[in-house]
This record gives sequence, structure tokens and C-alpha cells, in this order.
Amino acid sequence: MTFINYASREINCKIVYYGPGLCGKTTNIQWIFEQANPDKRGKLVSLATETDRTLFFDFLPLDMGMVKGFKVRFHLYTVPGQVFYDASRKLILRGCDGIIFVADSQKARMEANIESIANLATNLRENGFDVRTIPYVLQLNKRDMPSAAPVAEMERLLRFRGEPMIEAVASEGTGVIDTLKAAARQILMELQKN
Amino acid sequence: MAKLDLIMFEEEYKLLHEIISRLQKDASAKVVFLVDKNGQQIASAGDVKSIDATSLASLTAGNVAATDGLAKLIGEKEFSLLFHEGEKDNLHISIVGKRGILVVIFDQNSSLALVRLRVKKASKELQEIFDQVEQRAQKESDGGSRFESPFSEITDEDIDRLFGD
Repeated sequence: MTFINYASREINCKIVYYGPGLCGKTTNIQWIFEQANPDKRGKLVSLATETDRTLFFDFLPLDMGMVKGFKVRFHLYTVPGQVFYDASRKLILRGCDGIIFVADSQKARMEANIESIANLATNLRENGFDVRTIPYVLQLNKRDMPSAAPVAEMERLLRFRGEPMIEAVASEGTGVIDTLKAAARQILMELQKN
Repeated sequence: MAKLDLIMFEEEYKLLHEIISRLQKDASAKVVFLVDKNGQQIASAGDVKSIDATSLASLTAGNVAATDGLAKLIGEKEFSLLFHEGEKDNLHISIVGKRGILVVIFDQNSSLALVRLRVKKASKELQEIFDQVEQRAQKESDGGSRFESPFSEITDEDIDRLFGD
């Protein structure tokens, strides 16, 4: 749910990074945080356990610049990927404008990726959204891993609606901005339609 | 898909701002924030510079969402009020209607009783404005929008520019 404020001439969009545990959701937004101009980014809030696993969410506000005289601001959220945090994951999807699904390229994690997409579909539905129509990007992360599955195989298993698919190594920043941009494009084009 | 964007016009924003400014003074509070349940800040009053408002909005919404989840677990509809007591500053969080959260930060210059009393009154007024915003949004989604969206002509170039291309 985009928040358009005509008084302050601002549009706020909420983008959620989803995916199985340890797939690199937090790494994506950490990299964005480190690279962003300090004037344009807010504080990175991480609600994590002592071992740096996401407990509730990470949050990063980003000022993107102006579109048609409106200041565009993205609120980036990650969900906790571990299976047993499902109740928290559901809450974070509330009012989201777009989803970035971060898939772990390692062969051993393929089942976890598939399960996580199914879980996303369920949780979106419970929040009144449809996984087939909401702005959505698939990121194939950890492409540098020796045990990475071939892209074609991942596409066959994980891509279900012709969504933008981006190869990434989030720890090095490869593909991170392209992923965000693909999501932003869909969200802003959605505003155009409405 | 039941998805209505929250669109706030100048006149509605002004009314909301007036109400929370009054609340901030009447309750002798340090700061008052009005936040959307999805974590977006709508309006604020008082000494806002001292606080990272964006993080506050997002964390408050997370807090309320988690408490909502807890309420449902034990068979309650919601907990309409949260209170956090600190050594110096206290946080009073209450739900306004379906989509708003009112956050009042106060210290020893005020009291929980006073804040509760004033919040109750302000909530009613805020609720009316939210209802108006909702009704307008509903009308517009049913057809017959009274304004031309500035985003109807957004282009690929506009989006590239956001990313500095």
C-alpha cells in the first residue's frame, strides 16, 4: 500500500525481501546501506538475535530522489527466514508494495527456496495480496558458490510468472541494485496504472 | 486484490496536524507522532528533531503488529493501548481506527492519566478524519476520481533517473 502524501509531496513504498534462512536478505540491504549516500539513507534498524540471525525484521529507509515533483522514498524490510518465525513474517508483509524473493543458489537449498515461495504465497494471500500480481522480482543469490545450481534449473524450479530474474552475489554487491531497480520499476509503474 | 493506497491531501493533513499539535500541548507531551499501521509516518508535533522519526514509525508499527498477533493468539480482537515506562521518558501507543497509531512521548512534566485522557479525545477526532480519507479513497476506487494522478505519466526515464542512470 503506497502512501502518497500531497501535503509533503512524498511517496513512500514498502519493499519486502523474502526468502529462506541465510539466503542473503539482510546482506542485500546491508550492502545498499553501506553504498548509499549518507544524506539519502536513514538508519539501518536490525532486530536480530545475538548470533546475527534476523529475529523480527531489518529496516532501511532510502530517499531515492524526485519523480514528477514528488520525493520518492523506499522502505526496505527483510523478513526472518527461519521456518519457525512464520508469524513474524506474515506481519511484515502487511501493506507491502513489492516483493524481492532472494533465492539461495546452492543446490542443497533448492527445496528451502521452493518451500519459501509457497510460504510467501500463503502469507501474501492472508494479507489480501496475490503472489501472481504483486510487483515481484526473483534474485538468484550466491552465484559465486561452487555448489550453485545452474541458472536454467533454478529458473525452471522457481520462476513462475515471467518475473525479472537477476543473478547476484549480494556480499559483493553484484546484482543488488539491479534487483532493487527491477522492483522499483514495477511498483512505480503500478502507480501509473492506478 | 483489496489494496487501497493511502492518499493524503493537504487539507486532511492540516486537520490531522492541528489535532496532534493540540494533543501535544494539552497532554504536556514532548512529542506526538501519528503513524500508519504499515510503518509510515503520517504527521508529528513537538520536539521531533530529537528523534529518528522514520525508525520510530517502523518500529512502532512492528510493535503494534506483534502485539496484535499476541492478542489474536489469546482470542482478543486487539490490544488498543501499549504503554512503555522508561526512567525518564515514557511511550504511550494507541490504535486509532483501522489504520492509525498514535504515539505520545512524555516525561515527568506530564502523567499517564493526563495523556490517556487527552489521547481519548484526540483519537475520536483523528478517527473522523481517517474515515473521511477512507471514504474518499473508496469512492475513487469505485470510479470517478476527482484528481489527476501525477504518476499517470511516469516513464522509464524517470525511474532510471532515480537510480542515477
